[in-house]
Amino acid sequence: MAKSSRSKWLLLGSVALVVLPLLLVEGKFAGSDDQATAAITHAKPGYQPWFTPIWEPPSGEVESLLFALQAAIGAGVIGYVIGKRQGLAARDDAEH
Amino acid sequence: MHIMEGYLPAKHCLAWYSVSAPFFAGGVWRIRKILAERPQARMNLAAAGAFAFVLSALKMPSVTGSCSHPTGTGFGAVVFGPAVMAVLGAMVLLFQALLLAHGGLTTLGANLFSMAIVGPWVSYGLWKLGQRLGWSVAVSMFLAAALGDLATYITTSIQLALAYPDPVGGFTTAAIKFGGIFALTQVPLAIAEGMLTVVVMDALAGKVADIRKVSILAGETR
Repeated sequence: MAKSSRSKWLLLGSVALVVLPLLLVEGKFAGSDDQATAAITHAKPGYQPWFTPIWEPPSGEVESLLFALQAAIGAGVIGYVIGKRQGLAARDDAEH
Repeated sequence: MHIMEGYLPAKHCLAWYSVSAPFFAGGVWRIRKILAERPQARMNLAAAGAFAFVLSALKMPSVTGSCSHPTGTGFGAVVFGPAVMAVLGAMVLLFQALLLAHGGLTTLGANLFSMAIVGPWVSYGLWKLGQRLGWSVAVSMFLAAALGDLATYITTSIQLALAYPDPVGGFTTAAIKFGGIFALTQVPLAIAEGMLTVVVMDALAGKVADIRKVSILAGETR
């Protein structure tokens, strides 16, 4: 199968996997980490974490900013590497 | 999937740190070796780390009505071997522990073990198995990434069950309970990660035959 059509279908499939639960499942869509915390507190009522994060994002907004930053840095690096490779391939083609 | 700061007993933290430390050291050694032997691979090594960086920032909704995020460690594990992911995964975990209060410093050893060691080794093992059994490159890469992702969350569930056995049913009941929270939520996300990993492999390798993609990405052939 051609590379581009495979990527297209795989991307569509990934989007569907993310969107379908939102449409079909009733839920609060809280983080599973928080659910695990709740399960621990349920098993051991009154459990106090013995160490707390040194720094916490002061608000949900700042937290989402940092999550977006994390994704942007990663996507930026991947985009750079893909672009660099295509540039090198084009140069090789021109030389031959 | 990260175990929250302060939520593992100190003894467990120490134990997971000591299990993970040699893998981390091995990863440093391996990365230095790769950079020395095939410096042209450094860009793809950065891309492998970046892929884990992106995917672990994406919290996605799942069929259980809760959210979780993929790990993105399978790609690097297949291309560069599982050892390097202990180091690349540590960078991701440190970023999230220090800046996002997601995961933690006390639980870093445990989280490193699940996300940057067990997941990548499962991915690598499945990739090798796929090659031996003659699966196509795309199918092998998909299964390696998807099941490595799932293995990470199963490991987290086991780690929590070891620390918090059920008062009645003990370890097994607790493992099933935490598995219901983490592993079940992760199934569709793991499938998505498998698909995205094939897309990224195609995009980074460019227009070459599937069979040559991994060795080209690893910088072993041109």
